[in-house]
Amino acid sequence: MNLNLKIWRQKSNSDKGKIVDYPISNVSEHMSFLEMLDVLNEGLISKGEEPVAFDHDCREGICGMCSLYINGEAHGPDRGVTTCQLHMRKFKDGDTIYIEPFRATALPVIKDLIVDRSSFDRIQQAGGFVSVNTSGNTQDANAIPIRKENADLAFDAATCIGCAACVATCKNASAMLYVSAKVSQFALLPQGEVEAKERVINMVNKMDEEGFGNCTNTGACEVECPKGISLDNIARMNREFLSANIKK
Amino acid sequence: MSMNSKVPDGEIKDKWTKYKDTINLVNPANKRNIDVIVVGTGLAGGSASATLAELGYNVKAFCYQDSPRRAHSIAAQGGINAAKNYQGDGDSTYRLFYDTVKGGDYRSREANVHRLAEVSANIIDQCVAQGVPFARDYGGLLDNRSFGGVLVSRTFYAKGQTGQQLLLGAYSAMNRQIARGKIKMYNRHEMLDVVIVDGKARGIIARNLVTGEIERHSAHAVVLASGGYGNVYFLSTNAMGSNVTAGWKAHKKGAYFANPCYTQIHPTCIPRSGDYQSKLTLMSESLRNDGRIWVPKHKKDVEAIKSGEIKAVDIKEEDRDYYLERRYPAFGNLVPRDVASRAAKERCDAGYGVNQTGEAVYLDFSSAINRYGKEQALLKGLDVNNEKTVADLGKDIVKSKYGNLFQMYEKIVDENPYETPMMIYPAVHYTMGGIWVDYNLMTTVPGLYAIGEANFSDHGANRLGASALMQGLADGYFVLPYTIGDYLSDDIRTGPISIDSKEFDEAEKTVVDTLNKLINNKGVNSVDYYHKKLGKIMWDKCGMARTEKGLKEAMTEIKNLREDFWKNVSVPGEVNELNTELEKAGRVADFLELGELFAKDALDRNESCGGHFREEYSTPEGEAERDDKNFSYVSAWEYKGEPSKAELHKEALNFENIEVKVRSYK
Ligand SMILES: Cc1cc2nc3c(=O)[nH]c(=O)nc-3n(C[C@H](O)[C@H](O)[C@H](O)COP(=O)(O)OP(=O)(O)OC[C@H]3O[C@@H](n4cnc5c(N)ncnc54)[C@H](O)[C@@H]3O)c2cc1C
Ligand code: SF4
Ligand code: FES
Repeated sequence: MNLNLKIWRQKSNSDKGKIVDYPISNVSEHMSFLEMLDVLNEGLISKGEEPVAFDHDCREGICGMCSLYINGEAHGPDRGVTTCQLHMRKFKDGDTIYIEPFRATALPVIKDLIVDRSSFDRIQQAGGFVSVNTSGNTQDANAIPIRKENADLAFDAATCIGCAACVATCKNASAMLYVSAKVSQFALLPQGEVEAKERVINMVNKMDEEGFGNCTNTGACEVECPKGISLDNIARMNREFLSANIKK
Repeated sequence: MSMNSKVPDGEIKDKWTKYKDTINLVNPANKRNIDVIVVGTGLAGGSASATLAELGYNVKAFCYQDSPRRAHSIAAQGGINAAKNYQGDGDSTYRLFYDTVKGGDYRSREANVHRLAEVSANIIDQCVAQGVPFARDYGGLLDNRSFGGVLVSRTFYAKGQTGQQLLLGAYSAMNRQIARGKIKMYNRHEMLDVVIVDGKARGIIARNLVTGEIERHSAHAVVLASGGYGNVYFLSTNAMGSNVTAGWKAHKKGAYFANPCYTQIHPTCIPRSGDYQSKLTLMSESLRNDGRIWVPKHKKDVEAIKSGEIKAVDIKEEDRDYYLERRYPAFGNLVPRDVASRAAKERCDAGYGVNQTGEAVYLDFSSAINRYGKEQALLKGLDVNNEKTVADLGKDIVKSKYGNLFQMYEKIVDENPYETPMMIYPAVHYTMGGIWVDYNLMTTVPGLYAIGEANFSDHGANRLGASALMQGLADGYFVLPYTIGDYLSDDIRTGPISIDSKEFDEAEKTVVDTLNKLINNKGVNSVDYYHKKLGKIMWDKCGMARTEKGLKEAMTEIKNLREDFWKNVSVPGEVNELNTELEKAGRVADFLELGELFAKDALDRNESCGGHFREEYSTPEGEAERDDKNFSYVSAWEYKGEPSKAELHKEALNFENIEVKVRSYK
């Protein structure tokens, strides 16, 4: 198929940036979206032009490195997938496709389609862990039985890949879904109990400090989340936060 | 010269304990004065960084991604082994040790593997304490599954995302230390050389991938945890950025490279679809617990499938060739990876491949769906003869076990694997070879360590499923933190290592010159052009079946390709900016050197063992023929100015605790 790509180009963070048109032909429907961009880039390089910079690594939907806002949707039109898992069969001949970076104050553009998500790491550093030493002096793993139901819910929350699609999608640029996923994982497990109070307070405070917006329950994040992280996690975090503040 | 592996004396089961009791320690106050660089934040580097920091060392950790959490370990699907014997099926430390040595086709070092088996159980305890949500049964206890090449159920898992959950565990342990200031994390940084001062590794040169700046970092010891080099084949299941650069630069500075030709070609990957293909996707080995592999018995059915006249489900049971069950009745679909891959190639080469390219076999879940469905129907008191009820119930169970893998498959192939068998074909997946290390995990350069997939140590010529995660975490959490202390105990009075020395000057100059050369080359071909060509040579001539003739050709072709690369490669953009093509160019330049050494190593090894299969050394039935008399050694290569001139050093492998046998899974 033939497509008309409109891609955000921005040389560096200080550059203003603009949309540039790139027509592309002979795109196979079996290609992944990023393979289509590879083909575009090969063409640009052969003309001596600079290829479009975008983040990616695993190309199988798990590392959370890829991003892209495609035709106004984080990770594009398909549901439950990351950009690297999106296939061209979701588009048709003659389509115009806008490709932009994830946008939020807390996610500044580094170059073209690459953004800086280090704020996500800093939120985790504020409390996204269990303070257990890694020296190996731990009790037997089966000494703490965990209800399968809770173990499964904790797992579901823990599958967040930290891609930031939830932030890019949210009109308030809130990171609630991302933060609540980690808070929930530990809230559902006995291992997380001891530090539960400090964890939720510190992580939420850090999130605010990093410049993410407030959550107004639009639910857009859940829809665009490639991993199906549920809004229930936000509700759980709100409860945790409330009770932590009461106990304070 | 023969290599000294520094394995301690004594009974195998006491070696590690005795070693720990007698090594030198660094007291906590002195650890504060010691810096350690860790390159890589996967399971190996992440766990090492966290533990070293917790012990009190000042850690500087590096990764090329934008966050340590994105290291390639995140993609591991199936599980992690540990000799817990929770299932009471006769597992033990010895059995895990035995299985790993046998699975590695008797080409690994006994003492290292035994230590790995010893610490394995503790890994699970550690991860659970960190809040890693492993799969559990209804009693709330940890669940296990089986993996290929073994007869017990010792694999712990978190659905199809075990690597993700383990890495996030290590990442959280790192975060705790980053918050305490004990780890300084350098994201989007790529190590481009190691710096050696007075014969010891004392630092690295790294490029800040955002600004393009070249930075000097010093430390008392350097740990490479930079992963495997499967991307030398261009197409593999590795992440796009996985590379050999860190290891290769170390090799050029004196670290011997061991067994480069031991590569694991994984039997269950999604077949390739076209020239534009950028990577291959693994379908976890755990699927072989429940999936049965087959091709049609008759060529006419193969043709009918290719022409679209019939579908896989139309082929009757008696017309299917479950070739693994046929050839290896004892292990069936759960034979080790090297055996399963070769068997698939054999069928496809004989013309039984089931897709257009002729390179695909079926992985079929219908028996499992039926079996589980009946079990559930019985449990629930429903009609076991109602096909739809049984199928629905069975699908639910299969979904709960492999849901995300099935979804991944459907997204890529656009077919529903609950209804029609998956198509799979072998793909490059893991590299058993790597930087040579002794029992201390130290390379031949003092103070330079290698852990995880980057080293060669524990898997011999073939790795068993779910053992890489085990090794990465064992190295990082439980082994290196001891062994490095023994070395660093000499450094308590050294003080900070200066970055203003001629050694740093020289290393930096080499790096800068190379980058400039790439940018200023202004040739005609893109980096990928060369990477794809290299990949094709590797796959055709250094792949699942190798011959003397092919390997000799490969060496010449790779050398020529490398020369062409340096003449004609085109790298757009500047050095001093984020430049993804420049990053790739540096990595491919190193692959173009490694590839030649790889072929040389394969040529030198006149036997078939594990993932290394030489057609000349096989039985008439196509089984591998190992030559223990002449090749029971590790090949450790020393760099001598050109990959082809590398000098071979041998580490003899002695098996005192396991009887060396012909590996049979029949
Ligand atoms: C798809 C897939 C599924 C798998 N499933 C399983 C499984 O179920 N069970 C199992 O046991 N094993 C599995 N494996 C194998 C296993 O995942 C890997 O062997 C293991 O995770 C490697 O870990 P590592 O820490 O050594 O390296 P990696 O996780 O690869 O980490 C490498 C690190 O080094 C960094 N790095 C590399 N080069 C540089 C450089 N020059 N400068 C700076 N940083 C650098 C990277 O940024 C990264 O942080 C699987 C592998 C794949 C590909
Ligand atoms: S919650 Fe979903 S969208 Fe947000 S970072 Fe996690 S995986 Fe991405
Ligand atoms: S590249 Fe890893 S999730 Fe897309």
